[in-house]
Amino acid sequence: MAAVEEAEAAADGAAKPLFAGLAGVSISGDIPVEGEITVPVGSRSPDEDYSTLDEPVKDTIMRDLKAVGKKFVHVMYPKKSSALLRDWDLWGPLILCVLLALMLQGRSADSTEDKGPQFAEVFVIIWFGAVVITLNSKLLGGTISFFQSLCVLGYCILPLTVALLVCRLVLLANSGTVGFVVRLLVVMAMFGWSTLASTAFLADSQPPNRKALVVYPIFLFYFVISWMILTFAP
Amino acid sequence: MSGPGTAAGAGGPRGGAAAEWGAFEDNMQGGGSAVIDMENMDDTSGSSFEDMGEMHQRMKEEEEVDAEAAAADEEDGEFLGMKGFKGQLGRQVADQMWQAGKRQASKAFNLYANIDILRPYFDVEPMQVRNRLLESMIPMKMINFPQKIAGELYGPLMLVFTLVAILLHGMKTSDTIIREGTLMGTAIGTCFGYWLGVSSFIYFLAYLCNAQITMVQMLSLLGYGLFGHCVTLFVTYNIHFHSLFYIFWLGIGGLSTLRMVAVLVSRTVGYTQRLILCGALAALHMLFLLYLHFAYHKVVEGILDTLEGPNIPPFQRVARDIPAISSAVLNTTAKTAALAL
Repeated sequence: MAAVEEAEAAADGAAKPLFAGLAGVSISGDIPVEGEITVPVGSRSPDEDYSTLDEPVKDTIMRDLKAVGKKFVHVMYPKKSSALLRDWDLWGPLILCVLLALMLQGRSADSTEDKGPQFAEVFVIIWFGAVVITLNSKLLGGTISFFQSLCVLGYCILPLTVALLVCRLVLLANSGTVGFVVRLLVVMAMFGWSTLASTAFLADSQPPNRKALVVYPIFLFYFVISWMILTFAP
Repeated sequence: MSGPGTAAGAGGPRGGAAAEWGAFEDNMQGGGSAVIDMENMDDTSGSSFEDMGEMHQRMKEEEEVDAEAAAADEEDGEFLGMKGFKGQLGRQVADQMWQAGKRQASKAFNLYANIDILRPYFDVEPMQVRNRLLESMIPMKMINFPQKIAGELYGPLMLVFTLVAILLHGMKTSDTIIREGTLMGTAIGTCFGYWLGVSSFIYFLAYLCNAQITMVQMLSLLGYGLFGHCVTLFVTYNIHFHSLFYIFWLGIGGLSTLRMVAVLVSRTVGYTQRLILCGALAALHMLFLLYLHFAYHKVVEGILDTLEGPNIPPFQRVARDIPAISSAVLNTTAKTAALAL
């Protein structure tokens, strides 16, 4: 505003009074007017719509939780939907990763000095693996953005987290051969589920002739995680 | 705050507009005009700084336009020197912060943009990868003409990651005490260390021996050579027959080594050079497989034992019928390798 006025004033010359420039703008309807009119009207109304400053904290948290829950549902029923890709977040992956790491940590609960590395390593494996897969898909010419891919890979750990829960329950009940067979079946089913879900989401963004190359590291990633879950024994 | 900004503003519409802004300025910037009047006070010989200056300025507003224009620059410097020092410092710090942030961001962006540089090395089809995996087990006896090496990194990288997973699997199914964290890091370190380290070493040797090979080709060659290792280890970690491992070691490991040796021989001139290069590569490659199969757990456990002291009960291993000599040799190689690692 001020800059335009000043420039206007300078252009109009010395003879006019102080606010002559402003009057010229409002009346004459010259070329720069168009920009002046659209800016304040257009920018203000959406700001007021999306203002989250004065809403209760509960609303904010619930909105995010709902978004995360919706994505969980998407992973459990992997349809061809782009909701997981369109508005990505890393809350779900973080929650799943921490859950997985915490539950896998119980293994060495008797020897106290091993707790740290266990948690850290599960954490690192998940994030490092996801980053490697993402970079690989980018290198192969995928058209997906970095965090979208991380989001999908993180959310698709959900079946494996469920598998770990089931495994712990089975271990409580029966730790013999029957228990192992049940765990093996559950983990294998959930491993297949994770891989299929993530490929269903990610496959569209890859060049069609290279899908196998992209799927292989995903397969390896979930295989290592599911195998960690299977061999877990507290 | 107000000094430099308004001074610059006053400097803007200098010609005619300054006349109408003059009064406005007097009201707004007391400090600024005080400095100006220090100059003008010499002619008027007034006693008080500001009042006299202001009066004086109102009196001869018309004449002062030019003087002000000249003084604006001085005012800038002087004012900053006296009062705006803090503001200037703040601005400088902010500027530095901005510069540093920009540098960091551009560095990160460059790193991410550098992916495009690597992209040609990942330009493969699934069929090509499959064919190259198969070819890595088929030595070609053509040494008169340089054999072709695909400068590609997808296959090697995936093979190294597969090898990491297989090693982890081997550690878990063996009777090793599971310390996943340590084992995981060690597995990754070993595989990548071998791939990158031996590739650079052989590349250096090849440079000395005047072989025609580039670093990417070397990485690709050695990486595909790891396919034999993957197959061998995957089978022998699951089926614990000792004779089976030796057959696999000589058969599959030997084939993949022969393939690499044949390629290197075809690209090197001179018997001594060929012998040095291929001997180093074959020895390293075959010994690495032995090392991974036999001594890997032992090294890891040895390190753990020394680190953690005698608290840990001695760990039970499946007795293997390793000949005494070979195990002694292996132990020494393992220890040297562990030291080197």
